[in-house]
Amino acid sequence: MSALVSIDKLAVQFRGDRGWVSAVEDVSFDIGEGECVGVVGESGSGKSVTALSMLRLHPRGTARFPSGSIVYAGLDLLHAPERDLRAVRGRDIAMVFQDPMSSLNPVLTICDQICEPLRLHQGLSKAAARRRAIELLDLVRIADAARRVDEYPHRLSGGMRQRAMIAIAIACRPRLLIADEPTTALDVTIQAQILELLRDLRAELGMAVLLISHDLGVIAEFARRVVVMYAGRIVEDAPVDVLFNAPRHPYTEGLMASMPPLEGGADRLYAIPGRIPDPDEPIPGCRFGPRCAHLEPVCRASAPELVAISETHRVRCTPRARPGVLA
Amino acid sequence: MTDLAVGAVAGTLAPRRQFVLLRRLAAHRSFQIGLVLVVLLGLAAIFAPLLTSVDPSAMKVRFRFRPPSAAFPFGTDNFGRDIFTRVLYGARVSLWIGLVVAVSTGILGAAIGILAAQFHRLDSILMRCMDALMSFPAILLALGVTAALGPRMESVIVALTVAYVPAGARIVRASALVVRELDYIAAARIAGASNARIMIRHMLPNSVSPLLVHVTFVFAYAILAEAALSFLGVGVPPPTASWGNIIAEGRDYATEAWWVMLFPGLGITLSALGLNLVGDGLRDVLDPRLSWRG
Repeated sequence: MSALVSIDKLAVQFRGDRGWVSAVEDVSFDIGEGECVGVVGESGSGKSVTALSMLRLHPRGTARFPSGSIVYAGLDLLHAPERDLRAVRGRDIAMVFQDPMSSLNPVLTICDQICEPLRLHQGLSKAAARRRAIELLDLVRIADAARRVDEYPHRLSGGMRQRAMIAIAIACRPRLLIADEPTTALDVTIQAQILELLRDLRAELGMAVLLISHDLGVIAEFARRVVVMYAGRIVEDAPVDVLFNAPRHPYTEGLMASMPPLEGGADRLYAIPGRIPDPDEPIPGCRFGPRCAHLEPVCRASAPELVAISETHRVRCTPRARPGVLA
Repeated sequence: MTDLAVGAVAGTLAPRRQFVLLRRLAAHRSFQIGLVLVVLLGLAAIFAPLLTSVDPSAMKVRFRFRPPSAAFPFGTDNFGRDIFTRVLYGARVSLWIGLVVAVSTGILGAAIGILAAQFHRLDSILMRCMDALMSFPAILLALGVTAALGPRMESVIVALTVAYVPAGARIVRASALVVRELDYIAAARIAGASNARIMIRHMLPNSVSPLLVHVTFVFAYAILAEAALSFLGVGVPPPTASWGNIIAEGRDYATEAWWVMLFPGLGITLSALGLNLVGDGLRDVLDPRLSWRG
């Protein structure tokens, strides 16, 4: 599988009260053509920051990229001029947000909003764009699309708005769809429907999907490969079955242990002790160290590197990455 | 966050609410009264030549200081000019100044506010300029500008616009800052929309409703301020009639000929009252914190 987007040693810093604060550091992974990658992590682990960097959507002047690159089709998205980037946004890489309530403009009809990327990127006429908008609404399974297309967002339910958002995102048949917690704001039945829709669309359009979530269930159901992030770094990157059956990193183990069992529910769910450190908190060595149950002296001595322990499995944990060690 | 709440913070003129808003406005008692007053005064100004056949500057010295009567409904002034006619023609000037100032304040305020909200670098420069302008009392500022530009109707308009734009810009900036952070702005950016497109199509319609209310009040303030400037001698120059300069010319004879000052004064009062009622109505309907009750 060839890489569609290649993220290499991405670092993102934000302007804080006392200088620049590192939100993401040393993040490297590829997204293959048509691949479905999940990114999990707690709030503040840097998963959304990583995704937003791919479209350089951070507010201007508040974020900087001290190192790294995100290469798409030969273009470094981190440093490309705004014009080139605008051509990529919406056409090649599109995004769906978490909150469908605020991601549609209340003063424009659904048609206006689906037509926006179509007319900007494909130069379709008004009538052609409208026909395409109806097709797209059909495609995301909004019933009675021809009527719905002229409605304003407030007349749609949360699930329908998310479908409309997806319709806007896939309007120009992007090669990569970034879905930032697309189901978090929806109730469970709608969640399942939206995931199913995304899965079908992925198959139909052959696009790659980067799904960001803190919900391991959603990730397990959807992604083929999972990137686990903690405190702005990738701690583990593995195929989904490997990750769920044989996680290597103690943090990933902790995440798995904190999922409620399907049968014979435990009285108390496991919780990883402590909390995610502030980005500017000085921690010697491994940043997960203070919360880790298997802390060794070597963990404090130096920050662990992300080590490939097999062709498809990388882990950032010095003890666990030693050859011959099994979790 | 529900979309109602989003609209609440941002001051959205969401279409969902448009018809509801119109219906509520139509039912708003003081808005009705205000609208009737403003429309009547506006019609009187527009159709002034049909309502009176007299030339507003025609002097009939024989009929100086005639009190209101059938021949001169509002009386005459020291040159024997018909006050009724002058008040009607004065309405054209005063209301026109108010309207132009309100519209240009709206346009400039919206433009500056949106630019400031969108571009971080411009923000501090623009807002410091606005602060500098706001630190002067409006009348003093307008006095300075008209003094510099010379006594003409245009300079009154420029002066008052300069005086009222800063508040409008701040109002728009405040709501645009909220709108800017909403996901649909990011969504538009992701769709590949340019900055200009985002500002005009996405930010502007979602952040102008507080400005709309402000602009109605500016309309009223501008009429009052024109009167004040004319009274101080830097407003609309005679012989063109404006409510302000009719009053200014009548003040020397206030004790003998009260009618010279009374009728243009009534014009100012009624138009300011009408516009304030309209503004109150708009505010009640557009401000979700108040309209939630209704």
